[in-house]
Amino acid sequence: MSSMTALIQIRKLHKYYGAFAALQDIDLNVMTGEVMVIVGPSGSGKSTLIRCINLLEEYQQGEVRVDGQKVVRGSGLAKVRAEVGMVFQDFNLFPHLTALANVALGPLRVRRMPKSEADERARTLLEKVGLADHTHKLPSQLSGGQQQRVAIARALAMEPKVLLFDEPTSALDPEMVGEVLDVMQNLARSGVTMVIVTHEMGFARRVADRVVFMEAGRIVEEAAPHAFFNSPREARTQAFLKAVLQH
Amino acid sequence: MNLVDTFFNWTVFRDALPMLLQGLWVTVQLGLVSILGGLLTGLLMALLRLYGSAWIRSLARLYIDVFRSIPLLVLLVLVYYALPFVGIRLTSFTSAALAITLVSCAYTAEIFRAGIEAIPKGQFEAADAIGLGFFSSMRDIILPQAFRIVIPPLTSNCINVLKDTALASVVAMPDLLKQATQAQALSANPTPLIGAAVLYLLLLLPLVRLVGYFETSHSKTTH
Repeated sequence: MSSMTALIQIRKLHKYYGAFAALQDIDLNVMTGEVMVIVGPSGSGKSTLIRCINLLEEYQQGEVRVDGQKVVRGSGLAKVRAEVGMVFQDFNLFPHLTALANVALGPLRVRRMPKSEADERARTLLEKVGLADHTHKLPSQLSGGQQQRVAIARALAMEPKVLLFDEPTSALDPEMVGEVLDVMQNLARSGVTMVIVTHEMGFARRVADRVVFMEAGRIVEEAAPHAFFNSPREARTQAFLKAVLQH
Repeated sequence: MNLVDTFFNWTVFRDALPMLLQGLWVTVQLGLVSILGGLLTGLLMALLRLYGSAWIRSLARLYIDVFRSIPLLVLLVLVYYALPFVGIRLTSFTSAALAITLVSCAYTAEIFRAGIEAIPKGQFEAADAIGLGFFSSMRDIILPQAFRIVIPPLTSNCINVLKDTALASVVAMPDLLKQATQAQALSANPTPLIGAAVLYLLLLLPLVRLVGYFETSHSKTTH
């Protein structure tokens, strides 16, 4: 895998909280069109890692590039972030705006699209995630699964080069997990580049092009899903899989 | 002379009423200018206090502390009676509006700061992740939510500002209180003072009720 064509390049990334190493020596490339799923026990640094990609999280050493552009503080940061969509565990929809306005805001303000055009794009995307009838509702009037689908539409509205998902189904009631995973699976099939932190192993197995296993702030193993789930090399991966796949 | 003639003298009240209403109008004007000035400068001060560079933040904090500490009456007297010594002569209206706005700015800034700080971190992150700049994040996401939170304390502050306008009477401002004390001197009867007190109540009681209403409706929507 040549680093020349990688959409996201993470090099020698280290992050500390005081003396505690949250991320250690992370090297990772995400290719255009790739669906990468990051798994690992709680506190292993998965969420921290993807939050470093768009610099929601600061780090002490190393560098991240998105489409060749170094992600650093400064005037260029908003521009890089606009190319990196993010879906959060807690949705983080804007509670005072309708579903439509949540989705249209980015195109309107960042892409400077005319309002009618931004609304049209928002409507199309909400339809795509199955919420055509809910465009004028406020987030508080939607279920968790619906809110997360609005959040996915909001991220897509910027036509980002890559979508980051930070445990998108962890805050959902079990009966709503499926509807969100379905939307994500459709996106994966349509060729969207995605980096997904999740505990949904079935989803990882079905959808991922590559699975990355993290523990204690390090990448322990990465492999194609079939190899990862059926013949993990590392003892720690084997122990993790045994624990999460048992029930 | 009985109690009614002394305090509730109809003839005296009728004669004083035009003066009192003129005073009320001045009070309302001064109140509106100071409230508006306090809101705008207070919002700006809160943003500087939160997001300015390190030394701007320190300066903003110093300003807020100083103007929350200094008694308004002292500031008013300084502006009106001390500034002329360095060649700055302000009218009594400008002096009063300036002094009240300077103080209101400090209180309003603290109210806005608390409101902005009450917005969950995830809202800032979601705005950042879309690539919204600082101004768009504030205008479209953070401030609309913060405003809802701070409406009750802001209204409360507006009431204080309106009440504080009465202090302007010490710098020869013909506001409601000043007009009332003059009418009292002219008629040698305290009825105009009672009239002024009633007018203050008529002006402020509805606002006080409004704060109560905001507070109950706010607690309903958040619980």
